[in-house]
Amino acid sequence: MAFFLARRLVQAVLILLGVAAITFLLLYFLPADPAVLIAGRSATPQMVAAIRHELGFDQPLGMQFLHYVGNLLHGDLGRSYTQKTEVLPLILARLPATLILMAAGIVVEVALGLTFGIIAAVRRGGFVDRSVMMLSFVGVSSPQFVVALLLLYVFAATLGWFPMSGFGTARHVVLPALTLGVLGAGWYARMVRSAMIEVLRHDYVRTAHAKGLSGRRVVLGHALPNALLPIIAMVGIDIGQFMSGVVVVEAVYGWPGIGQLAWQAIQQVDVPIIMGVTLVSALAIVLGNLLADFVAPFVDPRIRSQ
Amino acid sequence: MNKFVRKMGLAALLATSALVPVAFADTPTNGGDIIVTYKDDIATLDPAIGYDWQNWSMINALFSRLVDYKPGTTELAPSLADSYDVSDDGKVYTFKLHPGVKFTNGRAVTAADVKWSIERAVNPKTQGPGAGFFHSIVGADKMTAGTAETMEGITAIDDHTVKFTLSQPDATFLNVLALNFASVVPKEAVEAAGGDFGKHPVGSGAFTLKEWTIGQRLVFQKNPDYFIKDRPHVDSFTIEIGQEPLVALLRLQKGEVDIAGDGIPPAKYLEMKKSPEFEGMIVDRQQLETSYVTLNTQVKPFDNAKVRQAVNMAINKDRIVRIINGRATPASQVLPPLMPGYDQNYKGYAYDPEKAKALLAEAGLKDGFSTQIYTSNTDPQPRITQAIQQDLAAIGVKAEIKAVANPNVIAAGGTQGQAPMVWSGGLGWIADFPDPSDFYGPILGCGSAVAGGWNWSWYCNKDIDARAQAADAMPVPAKAEERNKAWAQIFTDIQTNDAPWIPVFNERRVVAKAKRMGGPDEIYIDPTRVINYEAIYVNK
Repeated sequence: MAFFLARRLVQAVLILLGVAAITFLLLYFLPADPAVLIAGRSATPQMVAAIRHELGFDQPLGMQFLHYVGNLLHGDLGRSYTQKTEVLPLILARLPATLILMAAGIVVEVALGLTFGIIAAVRRGGFVDRSVMMLSFVGVSSPQFVVALLLLYVFAATLGWFPMSGFGTARHVVLPALTLGVLGAGWYARMVRSAMIEVLRHDYVRTAHAKGLSGRRVVLGHALPNALLPIIAMVGIDIGQFMSGVVVVEAVYGWPGIGQLAWQAIQQVDVPIIMGVTLVSALAIVLGNLLADFVAPFVDPRIRSQ
Repeated sequence: MNKFVRKMGLAALLATSALVPVAFADTPTNGGDIIVTYKDDIATLDPAIGYDWQNWSMINALFSRLVDYKPGTTELAPSLADSYDVSDDGKVYTFKLHPGVKFTNGRAVTAADVKWSIERAVNPKTQGPGAGFFHSIVGADKMTAGTAETMEGITAIDDHTVKFTLSQPDATFLNVLALNFASVVPKEAVEAAGGDFGKHPVGSGAFTLKEWTIGQRLVFQKNPDYFIKDRPHVDSFTIEIGQEPLVALLRLQKGEVDIAGDGIPPAKYLEMKKSPEFEGMIVDRQQLETSYVTLNTQVKPFDNAKVRQAVNMAINKDRIVRIINGRATPASQVLPPLMPGYDQNYKGYAYDPEKAKALLAEAGLKDGFSTQIYTSNTDPQPRITQAIQQDLAAIGVKAEIKAVANPNVIAAGGTQGQAPMVWSGGLGWIADFPDPSDFYGPILGCGSAVAGGWNWSWYCNKDIDARAQAADAMPVPAKAEERNKAWAQIFTDIQTNDAPWIPVFNERRVVAKAKRMGGPDEIYIDPTRVINYEAIYVNK
């Protein structure tokens, strides 16, 4: 187990370094020159050159990258070109909002997905099953901004149950989390359904039924734990995905998360922020998967024994 | 050199503009806290760096400058300086500072602060976009080259007197000193902030920054010791960030928001404009802006003036204005109508596809040609470019559309020989100050036809350059009329003979505000400020 842990950690560091290198290269080859953007419209070529020098752009690519990685090891993500301030505090300031939305979104999608997935599996082929699958299909294929604006219009603008935008109280998180949850639940429902159908065919389920256990105990106590594994892996992936920011939902609800920051930085070619957000997202994806790997053995003894 | 011949208060200075001064119908009332929304983060509040239309008005409200504009006008007025003298040859300006002005950290503002602040704006270490404006001050070139740490052209004679020496007369110099980049900052606060002055600004303006929660809100509070009496009027304004424009409008309707800073999305514009519910809430005004297509004079076949004139006749500007729901006026020339030097009698190239074809045939391109047009990829720019593409197709010119992100449009335009045509929409030229020279040097002058420059036509006419220099050497206000005439002639000559641009339209700016907000439209879309936080007020 300790060996497994160590190996995954080393892998994680290598992945992050790789992500850093690839992002750095991609941004380096962008046609837009940040120095020109910084220098403004009235600048002379000398001024642009002076700014390139200040930013270290006149050094060879290799040196620039080493410099960047060196700073990275000291926890220094560099300074934003446009905001002229440290990148790390900008990301950290937005991290809580992103974490809250991620957690709330996952809770909603797992709760909805599990419930409907199980019901559909148990009533396989029936009207309920077909309705659930139909709805999940709609959920999976609805564009985020449509659902977000719809919820906003109905529950905030018309009914006034929730604030229209912003961050701060529990009421603020409901609509953004619902948007993420409703859309994500479709995937979960489909996955739970197929995993459950698979499990429900097994002999031990038939045995449980034969023992005279109630239908509820068979499904929730015996079948469900065996169907959970793919769900855990998927939550791991979602942690990573939501951590890298859900740009559309954040934009519609004015949610001060990392997605907003990334989107603005991309439009302005603010390379240090793009790098910073990419690294934090990569870290989140790696950690999310790592977490799923660690939780799986506790849920499924078969993995523990391997 | 130092013999002052003319001695006058700035208040007496004639405006360089043709604008009629605003008559304030109501007396402003004091008090009230208001909420303003924006979609994007506020980048920085450092006056040497901030240069977008959101932070421009906020920085303006935090800091003060030697001279400023009267609210809602392009008329210069005294601010930190009570008076100034200018030498006979127009090269030496001496300012007397208003006594008793303090930074909000309690220290008195001195002439040395003025010198240090402008040097900081020019210093390449600051990485500010405003350095180029100060080019006429002696020593600016050494400073931008990084070979000097101070500028010999700025001298603090005593605590209350500061002298500027210019290497050449510059009629726009007072306008330059009214730019945010010339704001006076306290050295100790800049140094204490350790490179983060943009997040911890200290000035001597109408407001102070009380709170900044990143990604959420900024709270600006009235400076009780502000040296201009009876201003500002509101006690505070809060900027809420991350608000989608449509959501902001919904909140405005419910009375939760006082100003929707991003205005009205084009798709909603007509609906709102017609709705009685929004009557008195929409501010829709002209600004000093021209949107245009650059024709690269170094790329075939646009190196031929006949071809450039032909495509000028091919564009149906009325139709393009309809595409953006009439939020603009078709343009005939480089300068926008509110700019001094705009020639009302100049009609430019009328829409005439037949004549355009004939001109192309004269240039030996009877069968047309293929080319490319670059555009920003955010709505409505690609739709406008498609209309241009169709108009060009009608005279046999096949233009391939390259829709890319703004920074890439700028990069393509500033690369020699790359972009045959660029649609400037979304990046259009909004004047930094109300003077026609701002529409020449940085976008049509020889000096800006360089890599990374904004002269995307790569237009360089040595005769015109000499005439522009002569016009800028004319002293203002003594020869303001003559100077404006000279500029008018320069711009119409450029367009008639060389046609490096297709001027397409002058876009208006739109802001939505709550009914309780008082004051004329001019202070919500101030020609030099966008929102003038110092002048707006809440109706009682």
